[in-house]
Amino acid sequence: MADTSVSFVRREMLDAKPAPTASGNLFGWVHKNLLATPKDIVLTVLAIAILVMIVPPAANWLFFQASWLGSDRSVCSTLVQGGIQPDGWKGACWAFVQDRFVQFMFGRYPLDERWRPILVTIMFIALLTPLLIPKVPRKGLNALLLFIVFPIVAFFLLHGGFGLRVVETPLWGGLMVTLILSFVGIAVSFPLGTLLALGRRSKMPVIKTLCVTFIEVIRGVPLITVLFMANVMLPLFLPTGWTIDNFLRALVAVALFASAYMAEVIRGGLQAIPKGQSEGAESLGLSYWQKMRLIILPQAIKLVIPGIVNTFIGLFKDTSLVSIIGMFDLLNIIRLNFIDTTWITPVTPITGLIFAGFIYWLFCFSMSRYSAFMERHLDTAHQR
Amino acid sequence: MTDHAIRVSSHRGDSKVSPIYDPRVRSIFFQILTAVIVVLAVWSISNNVATNLARANIASGYGFLSGRSGFDIGFAMISYSSDSTYGRAILVGLLNTLLIAVTGIITATIIGFIIGIGRLSKNWLIAKLCTVYVEVFRNIPPLLVIFFWYSGVLSSLPQVRDSLELPLGMFLNNRGLAFPKPVWGETAWVIPIALLIGIVASVVVASWAKRRQMRTGEQFHTIWVSIGLIVGIPVLAFLAAGAPLTFDFPVAGRFNLSGGSVIAPEFVALYLALSFYTASFIAEIIRAGIRGVAKGQSEAAFALGLQPSTTTRLVVVPQAMRIIIPPLTSQYLNLTKNSSLGVAIGFPELVSTGGTTMNQTGQAVEIISIWLIVYLTISIATSLFMNWFNARMALVER
Repeated sequence: MADTSVSFVRREMLDAKPAPTASGNLFGWVHKNLLATPKDIVLTVLAIAILVMIVPPAANWLFFQASWLGSDRSVCSTLVQGGIQPDGWKGACWAFVQDRFVQFMFGRYPLDERWRPILVTIMFIALLTPLLIPKVPRKGLNALLLFIVFPIVAFFLLHGGFGLRVVETPLWGGLMVTLILSFVGIAVSFPLGTLLALGRRSKMPVIKTLCVTFIEVIRGVPLITVLFMANVMLPLFLPTGWTIDNFLRALVAVALFASAYMAEVIRGGLQAIPKGQSEGAESLGLSYWQKMRLIILPQAIKLVIPGIVNTFIGLFKDTSLVSIIGMFDLLNIIRLNFIDTTWITPVTPITGLIFAGFIYWLFCFSMSRYSAFMERHLDTAHQR
Repeated sequence: MTDHAIRVSSHRGDSKVSPIYDPRVRSIFFQILTAVIVVLAVWSISNNVATNLARANIASGYGFLSGRSGFDIGFAMISYSSDSTYGRAILVGLLNTLLIAVTGIITATIIGFIIGIGRLSKNWLIAKLCTVYVEVFRNIPPLLVIFFWYSGVLSSLPQVRDSLELPLGMFLNNRGLAFPKPVWGETAWVIPIALLIGIVASVVVASWAKRRQMRTGEQFHTIWVSIGLIVGIPVLAFLAAGAPLTFDFPVAGRFNLSGGSVIAPEFVALYLALSFYTASFIAEIIRAGIRGVAKGQSEAAFALGLQPSTTTRLVVVPQAMRIIIPPLTSQYLNLTKNSSLGVAIGFPELVSTGGTTMNQTGQAVEIISIWLIVYLTISIATSLFMNWFNARMALVER
């Protein structure tokens, strides 16, 4: 080291550098975030070009040119097509959505019985809201009401019985069906997935093999094949003469499918819990189920909340597939209206699909935001 | 000490604790109980299936696969007509599934990489645009995206009579995209051989360059030379063979286009929808992977005097790949499974052709078993390959 000759040593002080441009004002912000390097300038110009190409025509189509009010196809078609709009008109047909809105929500549920799904919705919101707000007490009772009592009450309200007129499930439809499928899927897949995850980690070879086979087979095939299986094979599985409701078949398929995915998410959480927790619980004399319920699962589930909510979001999106086996969920009831002669115009399909997309997006996006909020709220122990 | 403890516990087991509380006895009991229940359920279900099938007069077995199908398929990569067998119809469906999977995976990966890196960009506008893309597409059902392309965009294209004429002799209308079909001449066989020679030569050059760099420290422009070899040799062979390539151009007739090849709108809708949808998930995986590499890694690389591009290539990307590959694989599998949504718009993939066969023959159990076997084989093969790949990429620790 000593024989290394130093070839350059600075003798005089350097001049002070000019102040950085990014000093809090708007100009500085633009310079720093949009125009920092030549590459950034090119990218910014490109991005603005894309925005200019997409946003004004889209806004024009969606809002300014759109037809908002009307009761039939004439408000959404041009003179040549037999409507009132000038030739060359292109815009969204929100009048169609407004006219059919109630149908999109309830399907073909009888008109004078509509108060029943509305009442169920109010009950659902009244029970769900306090459950979602962390500060509200009595979570156990609340969950019991929402996941045990509410489904029973809702079933009799929607289906009928006890003096109420019976409304068969083929008449159910729209957003109502999408929400029922998702709710039941979530309510079943969470406990069933937990059991499957525990079974997969069990030391009993028979139970472990069964759980692994179920999980891997279901996760290896598309939901459509599971739906077809439920639709075509469930009736074959039952003794001759027994029938099973179409809606129930879809429910079974969706719930089993989601359980397999949920099991893998929860297994990830179980694997992340150190062995000492389990050993500690055992040394206190807790039984297997006490240990799981009080020590392991609360920690494991807290770790994997983002994954659980992602599974819920996937489940919510996947319910759209029941349209393929002929059920009228939100997506299919909207598509059914595309061939209705009252509203048949060139812009009807795309308007309906954008509306459906917006509804799905709203639900999924809210779920993901809520999960992010919960993650921050529960993240107490692992802050660094 | 140990002997004593064992003796004590076995002694207690013998005298005080009844076998009901012995964990081993309990475990065996519960397993036998489960096994009995499962066997009984399977027995009763198969009994019911047999009875129900006998009542419906459906013969079980795979013999129907050699029967005449009698339905047409609009999009087949191997020769197929309504006189072909059911087995061939299902094979056509399987090939279409694989085609959608491969093309979709390539496109989704490219879009996903661009969007994922874009979200990490220091350019505020680019980052926000990419965020909007991800948040829109991953919160909408893929089926809706497929319908959006199919009934929203593609069906509003002009009729065949008013086809849009595109450059290079292509036509676009509501029956798809017609493009010139390449017709290879007699001597065209030299081109794949030349391509093979190019690949082998570039492998040889790369290994020579690596050995030389290890020995002398001198670098060699391996990438450019390899590209030159892999592209150049086939081009030379093509020219040397007398350019044995002609095109069969689509010609606009009165009612239809004749000649050329046509990509069906069903394929385009499914391909675009699955690519755009899966890309939003891949983008998030890429972003998480790159952010998962500790900042100290690139700082250390800079401190060693590596250029930013070299740092990215040699330090950041190899480590990010370790985080990216496992979830990326499951997205690839998801795309493959989602290709079954083609049944909704009538794209003849595996579930679609199988479904038609099932409706015609009533062989539900057999068709569903074929679906399960095919999809499970694809899943398991991919998992095995990825486990092997992952093991190769995994961090080698002391």
